[in-house]
Amino acid sequence: MAKIKYEAPELTEYVTIPVLQEGAMAHSSPFVAKPKHQEDLGFPGELVDDWHDRAIAKMGELKKTSRSFGLFLDICVHCGACTDKCHYFLGTGDPKNMPVARQELLRSVYRRNFTFAGKNFPKLVGARDLTREVLDEWHSYFHQCSECRRCSVYCPYGIDTAEITMAARDILDEVGYGQKYDNEILGKVMTIGNNLGLPAPALAATLEDLEEDLEDETGLPIKMPLDVKGADILLITPSADFFAEPHIDGLLGYAKVFHQAGVSWTMSSYASEGANFGMFIGSYKTTKKVAERIRKAALDLGVKRVIVGECGHAWRVAYSFWNTLSGTGHGAAADDEFAQKLQKQLDPRYPAPQHIVEFTYDMLQRGELKLDKSANDHRTVTFHDSCNVARGTGMGGIERGQFILPREVIKAVVNNYVEMDESTMYEETLCCGGGGGLLTDDLMELRIKGAMPRMNALDKVHREEKVNTLAAICAICKSQFSKVLPYYDMPMDMIISVHQLVGDALVFDNVPDKIDESESEVGSAEESDS
Amino acid sequence: MPSMDVNGNAVEVDEEGYLADINDWNKEIGSALAVTEEIELTDAHWEVIDFLREYYDEYQIAPAVRVLTKAIGKKLGKDKGNSKYLYELFPYGPAKQACKVGGLPKPTGCI
Repeated sequence: MAKIKYEAPELTEYVTIPVLQEGAMAHSSPFVAKPKHQEDLGFPGELVDDWHDRAIAKMGELKKTSRSFGLFLDICVHCGACTDKCHYFLGTGDPKNMPVARQELLRSVYRRNFTFAGKNFPKLVGARDLTREVLDEWHSYFHQCSECRRCSVYCPYGIDTAEITMAARDILDEVGYGQKYDNEILGKVMTIGNNLGLPAPALAATLEDLEEDLEDETGLPIKMPLDVKGADILLITPSADFFAEPHIDGLLGYAKVFHQAGVSWTMSSYASEGANFGMFIGSYKTTKKVAERIRKAALDLGVKRVIVGECGHAWRVAYSFWNTLSGTGHGAAADDEFAQKLQKQLDPRYPAPQHIVEFTYDMLQRGELKLDKSANDHRTVTFHDSCNVARGTGMGGIERGQFILPREVIKAVVNNYVEMDESTMYEETLCCGGGGGLLTDDLMELRIKGAMPRMNALDKVHREEKVNTLAAICAICKSQFSKVLPYYDMPMDMIISVHQLVGDALVFDNVPDKIDESESEVGSAEESDS
Repeated sequence: MPSMDVNGNAVEVDEEGYLADINDWNKEIGSALAVTEEIELTDAHWEVIDFLREYYDEYQIAPAVRVLTKAIGKKLGKDKGNSKYLYELFPYGPAKQACKVGGLPKPTGCI
């Protein structure tokens, strides 16, 4: 790792369409999953002998089970509207990273096997057989797409390119050719409960340690509750929040908000992960299994609400898919016993699930939070819309709420807020460069180059408007930015959680200057907060 | 499985150079792993590595950076209890690089 030095692309006034460099990223391919990683998820341990037939059979199955998959493969007219919309294409210049060309790697095989023209006149219609070289190319280039769906925004047919990538990865897993980073992580979720592989005793010890920090800072016994039966709220957050910088300050921010709001909440050691990489690998059954862990935790703990922490794709899975995957949310299947049980248990007065930003926004609206914005006066803040939140979810039950609520929360706690170039924000937001299951060291070159378009917009406000803080609500974005910012001559610690901003601005008054640990002092401070 | 030569002995590592079996580890191997990371080990590095290995023994995972910095601060003085100090020792990131030199598995996830 230390030996590999990559050159970041140069930043320019505006991002221009790069000169094509054929094969520029052909060498970029992630580590192949080990047999154990594959088998933990029910996939073959290594590439099976009859991989060709199984891959085509899987493609046929996907065509039947997912109408959108077949439709998206059939209707693309190669108009080219998507070509210059991909951050990986803009950052690498590799023509196979044009979304239409990347999809064509799979579409050409589909055409050969599932269309009349492709079966009979393959050369005329650009249909290809699935060879070992093609399979390797899939492993390479379908791990050069972060499933961010920016290209889909511009597609006149509304083709969801990410679904093609997901399908390709699903096929690769089915023939025993998965990606190490994603599949190893999913195995840890199934056995230990989170992406990190953080066992329950380690999680408990970490949370205790953080409670100490909170008490040192505020003088209050702010809790980080774990496995508390009968709590009202279950917080499901990415496990990076327990472990990584700057994420952990976001977690402390949630705890401060919950404390000041006076609600009862808990985390779960069984479902200590908000992320659901099952979506990244396009595996419905894996996505469902991970989601069901959260349902089980909610049922076991008897909670009335489920709140999701700062994780982009977790919120997409929760907001868009939890209801049918696991009955967490309205619309549980009538014959799903556990989902029905959960529906009876959850409090219908609150959204199910709810985002932590929605919770904090609600508390702000009610005037429940005591704030001193000037605590953030040393910061000039800009916000990065994370792709899964921006293009796959909503917030607050209002149109474009997923853009409005995070900004309203930030503006309530900071005085200096600046927006990046609009054409790189909102629905058109650019991926951080590490999303969709690509946040791994073996793809560092891709991550650095793919971050260029976002870095370009950030650099402009950093230089011209003195922005020194980049706030985000996604664990992947935070890790990716802290890694790539130095390549673009910006400080790695300028990226922070939205809830760090909130936490820093919260005022805990009635706190004696010196920490007094006597029960009565603490009790009165808590009462006056609520 | 690739391997690394340590004083004439082949030690198994994974494709990223992390030790395959944490029980194989000794200080010699740690020093060899540090060379692959272009780190010159000093006493300050060993203090961090020793703490990491102790923590791992107890919890089967490396500590969060926050926990690590606090523990180092308590043990070695407040001026060392910050992530800047740890990044000076392990520039690629204390979590991953110090784990590697200490023979611990690479932390995974959105980190």
